[in-house]
Amino acid sequence: MSDIHTITMPKWGLSMQEGKVNGWLKQVGDAIEKGQEIVEVESEKIAGAVEAGAAGVLRRQLAGEEDVLPVGGLLGVIADASVSDADIDAFVADFQASFKPAEGDAEDQGPTPQKIEVNGHKLRYLKRGEGGEPMVLIHGFGGDLNNWLFNHEALAADREVYALDLPGHGESTKDVGEGTLEALADTVAAFMDAVGVDAAHLVGHSMGGAVSLTVATRHPQRVRSLSLIGSAGLGEEINTGYIEGFVSAANRNALKPLLGDLFADTSLVTRQLVDDLLKYKRLEGVGAALGTLSGNLFANGRQNSVMADRLSGLGKPVLVIWGEEDRIIPVAHAQAVSGRVQVEVFGNRGHMVQMEAANDVNRAIARFVG
Amino acid sequence: MARKITYQQAINEALDQEMSRDQNVIVMGEDVAGGAGSPGEQDAWGGVLGVTRGLYHKHPGRVIDTPISESGYVGAAIGAACCGMRPVAELMFVDFLGVCFDQIFNQAAKFRYMFGGKAETPVVIRAMYGAGFRAAAQHSQCLYNIFTHIPGLKVVVPSNPYDAKGLLIQSIRDNDPVIFLEHKALYTMEGEVPEESYTVPFGEAAVVREGHDVTIVAMGRMVQKAQEAAAELQKAGIHCEIIDPRTTSPLDTDTILESVEKTGRLVVVDESHPRCSMASDIAGLVAENAFGSLKAPIRQVTGYHAPVPFSDALEELYIPSAAKIIAAAKSVKEYK
Repeated sequence: MSDIHTITMPKWGLSMQEGKVNGWLKQVGDAIEKGQEIVEVESEKIAGAVEAGAAGVLRRQLAGEEDVLPVGGLLGVIADASVSDADIDAFVADFQASFKPAEGDAEDQGPTPQKIEVNGHKLRYLKRGEGGEPMVLIHGFGGDLNNWLFNHEALAADREVYALDLPGHGESTKDVGEGTLEALADTVAAFMDAVGVDAAHLVGHSMGGAVSLTVATRHPQRVRSLSLIGSAGLGEEINTGYIEGFVSAANRNALKPLLGDLFADTSLVTRQLVDDLLKYKRLEGVGAALGTLSGNLFANGRQNSVMADRLSGLGKPVLVIWGEEDRIIPVAHAQAVSGRVQVEVFGNRGHMVQMEAANDVNRAIARFVG
Repeated sequence: MARKITYQQAINEALDQEMSRDQNVIVMGEDVAGGAGSPGEQDAWGGVLGVTRGLYHKHPGRVIDTPISESGYVGAAIGAACCGMRPVAELMFVDFLGVCFDQIFNQAAKFRYMFGGKAETPVVIRAMYGAGFRAAAQHSQCLYNIFTHIPGLKVVVPSNPYDAKGLLIQSIRDNDPVIFLEHKALYTMEGEVPEESYTVPFGEAAVVREGHDVTIVAMGRMVQKAQEAAAELQKAGIHCEIIDPRTTSPLDTDTILESVEKTGRLVVVDESHPRCSMASDIAGLVAENAFGSLKAPIRQVTGYHAPVPFSDALEELYIPSAAKIIAAAKSVKEYK
């Protein structure tokens, strides 16, 4: 029986209780390799693919399109072709008989975000994993720690990984002060002090990449390596239509088409994603924070801090990851630094490549930091 | 994950944050201080259900207990609003509307229009409404439709703690009279609410759930009932879209019509009496503007054209239930 492997409804984020099956990518009888994407599911926040945890043959699909299953519910079964149907049926019956969906509030399950006082800012962060060389995940403009929904747990398999909300974002203080990259970088360094992290692997997405680069410049001893994803700070071009639209969008109809620019596959923009971002934008102080940041960082239709020529001089390992279809910051910025640093470009993916190609990005970062 | 608080705490927090932000915001009504400030009293009940508890000491002199005279203090609140204050007057039960209706519909609602746009009346009138509290016929009605009928009033019916806080802050900052109605059975409902101040704009419906078979428009406490029904209907293979208008005036007609154009079927759930109700209003809106999209007759799930009964058994029968919504949704889905 140990040769029978389950495919179960994943838990993407703290609030996810159940997920809906969007469609199967593999059919019963297909040979499966470990790590292959088997079935597409969606939570109320995001859609994604579930990977096979083991190699074999897809023997059962236990949920059809549009079926809703609780987290942990049985989607399918992978087993070697030699395992008998009777054994598989017995395994499934056994699983279903003993399976109980998790009860109660999401707070009871797994780690929950904390708040910590840093230089007069209240910052929200989520820590996962223990030991190893620490890692810090830094989101982009208008994002928050939930941008790492598909990455955080995987990256924390053998180390402690912190994801924080930058000032002006998520549930952190909305006051961004001067709102410069330097100020944000100093806040990240102070955050590391506050949680007792001496030196960390920094992983930054978009504006968070520029923040990571600035930390490496101003506080080099705090940085072990840089993983820069769809990163700002590597060239002048940026989609200022998106930035300005995001800052000014006041309702669902204005925001939704803009968010499509974040993904290669625009169907990934769910109603919940739009509603969550609207709720964020309506918090007191957010409009001012985003206005200050965009005014400093992206004035006059271009990025005002380009640090690409500093990459080699940092003396740190650098990995640059991009989605080829990025409509916010062009993939040319990655191609321009290739040769000087390690570059991974994923085809048919957009700016939120860490969500759209989560498994690939997680593997690339894990390999890179060792 | 944002912290969770109750609907009642969300309303208290909105009042507290707005009173801190703007010294012109005052709270007045019967028992809103509730004995606080009396000799020997540190704090007290804060309204009949404790919604304004704690505000009296945080905002000295700005939480005002009034005599039991709605016609007097509602008029005073409207007058103070014309003179630059931002009063939040509490009518306690919306059923008491009758004794101060002139102040609300013939005075507050008309000032801006009759004074050529030169007068503003930034008053909020809060009241609890709805059945299910064993409070009998004179304390259980859903009268939002009466206010919705009057041009010049804005009418808010939040269905959850997040909306309650954001819509009340929006109400206080709005420069027109706003009727803010709180379903008493929702006071204990918990939900995620940001600690910071924020607003939810008027006239923007929430799409509570997406689906392609049947549109359910529900407001106030009926949103919960619609969600229960939709979860059951999903198991039967019927995918419902739930729309919560959040404000009945202004009404987000676009979101309702777009949804019906997608699903072709409409069930409206309204706890109110059926005649001249939000249910009949929305049914009329859709019949007139989306007739070509309809695949089945519109169904209304409402209370009855009868006073809300005091008997437990009868009161439960009076209130629209998930079972009635399920039956209505199935009937429109199966209509041929």
